[in-house]
Amino acid sequence: MPLLRDEARDEIRRLPDRYEQRQSALIPALFVAQREVGWLPPEALREVGDLLNLPTSEVVAVASFYRFFFLEPPGKHLVLLCTNLACLLNGAETLRRHLEERLAVAAGQTTADGQFTFRESECLAACDLAPMMMVDRERYGPLTPAQVDEILERHRAR
Amino acid sequence: MPADSILLKFTAGEGTADIAAYLRMGGYEAARHAVATLAPESVIDIVEQSGLRGKGGAGFPTGRKWKFIPKGAPVKYIVVNGDEAEPCTFKDHLLLERAPHLLVEGIILAAYAVGARKAYVYVRREGYRARERLREAVAAAYAHDFLGRGIFGKEMDLEVVVHSGAGAYIAGEESALLESLEGKRAMPRARPPFPAVVGLYGKPTVINNVETLSHLPAVIRLGPEAYRALGPPALFSVSGHVRRPGVYERPLGTPMRELIAAAGGLRQGRRFKAAFPGGSSSAILTAAHLDVPMDYEPLRAAGSMLGSASLIVMDDTACIVRAAARAVGFYKEESCGKCTPCREGTVWLSQIFDRILGGRGRMEDLDLLAHISKGLTNGACFCLLGESVPPSLDASLRHFRHEYEYHIRTGRCDVEDGLAATVAVGA
Repeated sequence: MPLLRDEARDEIRRLPDRYEQRQSALIPALFVAQREVGWLPPEALREVGDLLNLPTSEVVAVASFYRFFFLEPPGKHLVLLCTNLACLLNGAETLRRHLEERLAVAAGQTTADGQFTFRESECLAACDLAPMMMVDRERYGPLTPAQVDEILERHRAR
Repeated sequence: MPADSILLKFTAGEGTADIAAYLRMGGYEAARHAVATLAPESVIDIVEQSGLRGKGGAGFPTGRKWKFIPKGAPVKYIVVNGDEAEPCTFKDHLLLERAPHLLVEGIILAAYAVGARKAYVYVRREGYRARERLREAVAAAYAHDFLGRGIFGKEMDLEVVVHSGAGAYIAGEESALLESLEGKRAMPRARPPFPAVVGLYGKPTVINNVETLSHLPAVIRLGPEAYRALGPPALFSVSGHVRRPGVYERPLGTPMRELIAAAGGLRQGRRFKAAFPGGSSSAILTAAHLDVPMDYEPLRAAGSMLGSASLIVMDDTACIVRAAARAVGFYKEESCGKCTPCREGTVWLSQIFDRILGGRGRMEDLDLLAHISKGLTNGACFCLLGESVPPSLDASLRHFRHEYEYHIRTGRCDVEDGLAATVAVGA
């Protein structure tokens, strides 16, 4: 019994149509698998490899290189706090300490209730919002600790 | 925004993500004009004469880059670098989100000039809104027959595919971007051969930045002389300690002082201390450089570079040691691991910075920083990522050595101590 549903498998099989070489579909295919399962367990990596006729070793090499592939189950929401220069200069360090305290985890970890994975991030190309963070697909800034709390609650409710 | 804006007038107000809005402002007329009346070679000549240079950081002349594409090759590709991840650069995201048709029209012009029938736009993973707007723009362009088969009623076919990155700064390096687009780890390729000859899938490939291509409609509409007379125009990302951080369109060569003023100036009561003129890969400049024109040659002569034209401003509350440490930390995090000086050197440098900032620094650490930094120069690194570390690090040691020494001597930060003293006096 495969991990990926038939619809997802068909979607992955069609991805190479857009490219001259099949392997170009690997990154989009991994995102399809991740959308389906929530993360990329070894069986999902094997199935993607089989669907695209690529060795599992190549699939693992690629999946482990990029930071938006999860090889461990992440929290329900991904919190990315930018700590690069523009945000650092505008108080990101205060926000980092605040987030670590609120979520009771260090950067890089997932909260005990599985709601949030908290990561420090490199520049997210939104420096006019510094200090800023991204929760899932939304950007927020310039932030105060109180606004951080409010945003976390809003996402927790989703 | 200056009165003669060529880019930000398309992002102002509601923007022009809606194709009707873009068409009302004369959108796609430049592409129609070029495809209908100009020979492909003429388009390349116009772009070369315009002085347009790559806006991703390297500044290579765009027309000359196109001329490297072999004429007779049966398959050629356009690849758009929308991986914008150079620290404190945010102009491409603004263009993609609010004026994506500028890029689509630019792609048509580039494809017509070099004879490509397929274009891939690589947008970094975190650019969700940028990718969504661009996908909508591409769909609308297909619906208007600006993309697809027989564009503008001529014998020109063009397909555009929007592709998402997966999270890696190195994917913005053009040869690493090709690897990533081919579904591999984003590690840079050896050059030569250059992508213009052996690029995507081994085929001749033009790789241009989002902003670079977004200039093309104006280059064609205005002609090379009028375009040049505007500066030529450039987008500057201004961030850090300014009151209105944002993207500003100004002529190339505008001094740092004017850009800071455009961005609302410094905060109340603060003094200018230093700035990165072109992202964290560029050497830090000081108040002595406030009037240096922000252009390729003058900044090079000042010991720095224009890079992606991203001005990161630091006032007198900024600790230079911390800023330099953060810049090094970025390259450590983003090193792809392919070559040893970059992979190991950035880790060693970060360990020394941790020591200094943790109050455990030693005076000989300063020589060690300089020594490791030197080991990343003179072609030791496989690509520009490793080579991007020394300029700002060396400049921080040169201009602000006393701050490092204070940290090492006292275990504290001279800026924080200075601010505390100011507050005490003020109270």
